[in-house]
Amino acid sequence: MAEEGTKALSVLYCGVCTFPPEYCEFGGTLTKCKEWLKEEHLDVFNELYSEDSLAKATEGLSLEAQEKVEREIQKLQAKEANKAEKELKKKLASKVVVKRVERSKRKHVIAVSGVEVFGIDPKKLAKTFASKFATGASVTKNAEGKDELVIQGDVGDEVEEYVTSLLEEKGLDGIKVERTEDKPKKKSQQ
Amino acid sequence: MFKKFTAKEDIHSRTNVKSSVQRGLKTKLVNQFPKLEEVIDEIIPKKGQLIVVKCTDRLSLYTMENEVLFLQRFDDPFIPSLRLVHKYPTYFPSVKVDRGAIKFILSGANIMCPGLTSKGASLPEENYPVGTVVAIFAEGKDTALAVGKMAMSLDDVKKVNKGIGIEVETHIGDGLWSLDLD
Ligand SMILES: [Zn+2]
Repeated sequence: MAEEGTKALSVLYCGVCTFPPEYCEFGGTLTKCKEWLKEEHLDVFNELYSEDSLAKATEGLSLEAQEKVEREIQKLQAKEANKAEKELKKKLASKVVVKRVERSKRKHVIAVSGVEVFGIDPKKLAKTFASKFATGASVTKNAEGKDELVIQGDVGDEVEEYVTSLLEEKGLDGIKVERTEDKPKKKSQQ
Repeated sequence: MFKKFTAKEDIHSRTNVKSSVQRGLKTKLVNQFPKLEEVIDEIIPKKGQLIVVKCTDRLSLYTMENEVLFLQRFDDPFIPSLRLVHKYPTYFPSVKVDRGAIKFILSGANIMCPGLTSKGASLPEENYPVGTVVAIFAEGKDTALAVGKMAMSLDDVKKVNKGIGIEVETHIGDGLWSLDLD
């Protein structure tokens, strides 16, 4: 069946239901499909709808077994669809926060939170940053009990850029990377 | 997975893939499906222009001349389109389900283990780890009817024989099958 010069098979598709003809029986237009096939490809028609192959087709699971499988499938399907939808919604509704924190007058650290939602391991990211910026980076739990990655130095722009590219690599380019600033209380009151 | 998929609502952008990226992509595809090495230049010719179509839910379709070749969600493993599997049926890992499973698959269900282990089904000796992308054939049929991803390892399918064995990604007649990119 292969065309010349290629290893690709050329596959016949039904002109009525678009399925490969052997699957027409599962569509809703079998009568029309058969008419088309008889007209256009008599050899395939004879092969598919001979008595021999029809007898084979009626073998298979008992009705009872099929019904049981069907019930099991429906239950699991509903459960799974729910789970997948929730996970995606969570991802799309989340954001990464890159926070600049003033530790002393000229010393800043950058705190990153929210990356784990997108399948990024905060600890691995800390290691990457530590070597990338030749600085200290560690993971601690923040006030909400979530992982927070703290990098020494005023490297907010670089961090944002890197996290954004990481998200893009994962096909998550619509995710927001939010920049915030956290100054000591004393200062903000001045 | 493509029940409600339409070109109008679900396609967001189309971008030409740069030739350097195209080369990298081919390497990745061959890594995932080693047998493809023999035909990858036929599927994605050097001079061909691959177009990536970005869709809803972080889905990317890699297309050439308005035919979907592969799809990918997030950075998950690549999934060949069914029409590509029909052209190159022996170049992907595969399983064969029993006849009883066909109508469930075509109505969008995942594949339960018993549909893979019953008398009419047939599985390879080797193990497929969880996540392996497989072409799905059926008892008494020559062409594949779906492409899916192992939800448990093939060894576990044989041993445990309960629950979902393969998650179906695309099947004949779904929204991707009927997608018109023209
Ligand atoms: Zn038909």
